Amino acid sequence: MTNRIEKVFHQKEKEKLTIYFTAGYPRLEDTNTILKALDESDVDIIEIGMPYSDPLADGPTIQQSSMTALANGMNLNKLFEQLAELRKITQKPVFIMGYCNNVLKYGTEKFCQKCAEVGIDGLILPDMPMHEFKLQFKPIFDQYNLKNVFLVTPKTSEERIKEVDEQEGGFIYMVSSSSTTGGSWGDSPERLEYLKRIQSMNLKTPRMVGFGISDHAALKMVNQFADGGIIGSAFIKALNADDLEGSIKGFIKKIKP
Amino acid sequence: MEIKIDENGYYGKFGGAFIPELLHPNIEELKANYLKISEDEEFQNEFKSLLKDYVGRPTPLFLAKKLSEKYGAKIYLKREDLNHTGAHKINNAIGQALLAKRLGKKKIIAETGAGQHGVATATACALLDMPCTVFMGEIDMERQKPNVERMKILGAKVVPATSGSKTLKDATNEAMRFWINNPDDTHYIIGSVVGPHPFPDMVSRFQSVISEEIMHQLQEQEGKNAPDYVIACVGGGSNAAGAFYHYLNNEKVKLVAVEAAGHGIDSGETAATTAKGSEGVLHGFKTLLMQSEDGQVTEPYSISAGLDYPGIGPLHAHLYESKRGIFKYVTDKEAMDAGVELSKMEGIIPAVETAHALAALDQFNFNKEDVVVINLSGRGDKDLQTYINFGNY
Repeated sequence: MTNRIEKVFHQKEKEKLTIYFTAGYPRLEDTNTILKALDESDVDIIEIGMPYSDPLADGPTIQQSSMTALANGMNLNKLFEQLAELRKITQKPVFIMGYCNNVLKYGTEKFCQKCAEVGIDGLILPDMPMHEFKLQFKPIFDQYNLKNVFLVTPKTSEERIKEVDEQEGGFIYMVSSSSTTGGSWGDSPERLEYLKRIQSMNLKTPRMVGFGISDHAALKMVNQFADGGIIGSAFIKALNADDLEGSIKGFIKKIKP
Repeated sequence: MEIKIDENGYYGKFGGAFIPELLHPNIEELKANYLKISEDEEFQNEFKSLLKDYVGRPTPLFLAKKLSEKYGAKIYLKREDLNHTGAHKINNAIGQALLAKRLGKKKIIAETGAGQHGVATATACALLDMPCTVFMGEIDMERQKPNVERMKILGAKVVPATSGSKTLKDATNEAMRFWINNPDDTHYIIGSVVGPHPFPDMVSRFQSVISEEIMHQLQEQEGKNAPDYVIACVGGGSNAAGAFYHYLNNEKVKLVAVEAAGHGIDSGETAATTAKGSEGVLHGFKTLLMQSEDGQVTEPYSISAGLDYPGIGPLHAHLYESKRGIFKYVTDKEAMDAGVELSKMEGIIPAVETAHALAALDQFNFNKEDVVVINLSGRGDKDLQTYINFGNY
């Protein structure tokens, strides 16, 4: 069976959009409203953030949304409860993004089983390098048919990028520059060189670019060199608790007019 | 049972390198070079010469007669408090700063809780002409004001960590985030035996000068190089790792690690990680961690800013799990009383961190001939206000 993520990348060549949101933000019960609005918008892949107390790779916006979500009472049991309806709401690929500690504490096997039950396609755990993945997690992920998305950065060696490609993680998360999330974009010859360099490697895994993408122009730029872009911080900032659906649809329209 | 780190940075099941891909090149660079550089003869000569002439090593091993009499054993104090800048932290700061220079790094960052590691790093950076930025929790900046000013006088920039609980854990997060954003020219001097591999091993090695000296000094003073007990306080655990290092595989030596119980292990306000923690990952390594049922890291409490870290180094987690280490817990009150006792009895005001190690003496029934070494990790100058506020003298 071709899974959801493979289907998305087979449908059309490029210009995919992934949207990240933090579960439990702005309000505890907003998860399914956001999922529904994203399903109805021109979004290809959905990334749900598991809020964590110590999110190392995240900048201030996502850190703050995580703190609010935790204060709202979000936790993994609650999240899985909310996601029980996931596949009634959307058939788009859905990934969970978070940090290793939450998965370990919940129990890796139990966590993966829950993900599989509700129809999650894979995980993005930025503090889990490939080495640790192979050592501890891979057999369990495989058992529950979960993809693991690896990150690459402008400093990742060619050899390591090829190794990531071999893992077939659904897509490769290309971090746009050496930074935490929510950084600035701007003109950067180094970034362009990086995007071109990876493009020329002819990898078999689709490539999505994230970190620092906040508008149509940036998304258009990465679309020339990769399969699409991932937006997190800018989306979080745009959320309006009083008109969640309107603010989401408005944001996506501005990004993909 | 042999206590050692494996090639992947694990002590038993603890350690490893759980780092964002963004830090992978830095960690790989360090891993590939730290042993090569630090074991190089020229490096060792420079390191040892600075430890001797700048830091003031070897630090004395002092037989505390009145303390010995009270507790019925031969109690020696390893006087790390007599190091330049007032604590053992300087050993590691100088070692890592020298290593960073050889790696071609231009700038140094560090995190600090009580401020001792921040001051030590700022000092090493002043000496070696490297710009230094120290991240410190906003709350810790308030309770350790003199150290903040010392860092500034030494030319360091002190950046308040305002995220999360605004203490050491968050200062470490901020330092790591800064490193992610500035990976090329910056080295992060982690102050304890924590962090992704190879930090725990590297810091242990730089601190192992402590146990190396204890061996020589005991040989001279007692005619044997190993004590019956080595006692040290543990927050992250760098002074303990340094004092235990050469005895890790000598099972005749009892290794005693003392954690801060705060208001009591079951009070909900404690930093006793081994008693209250469970397996988890924080700051790039797997260890025992204070966390909620849901894997959110919880804020520990101790009167000592240097001990309220929610985890412990992977070596210590392994010592606990394998039962090679003896873990003891000491409350704020017990520690403050022991600090005052040492001051009045032997004329040494210890750091509040160190006072925890001293307070554990009460929990043993020693034989008269037992040789006990307590690592006196730091002096109490920085804690004067804490002593005054506590008012038990």
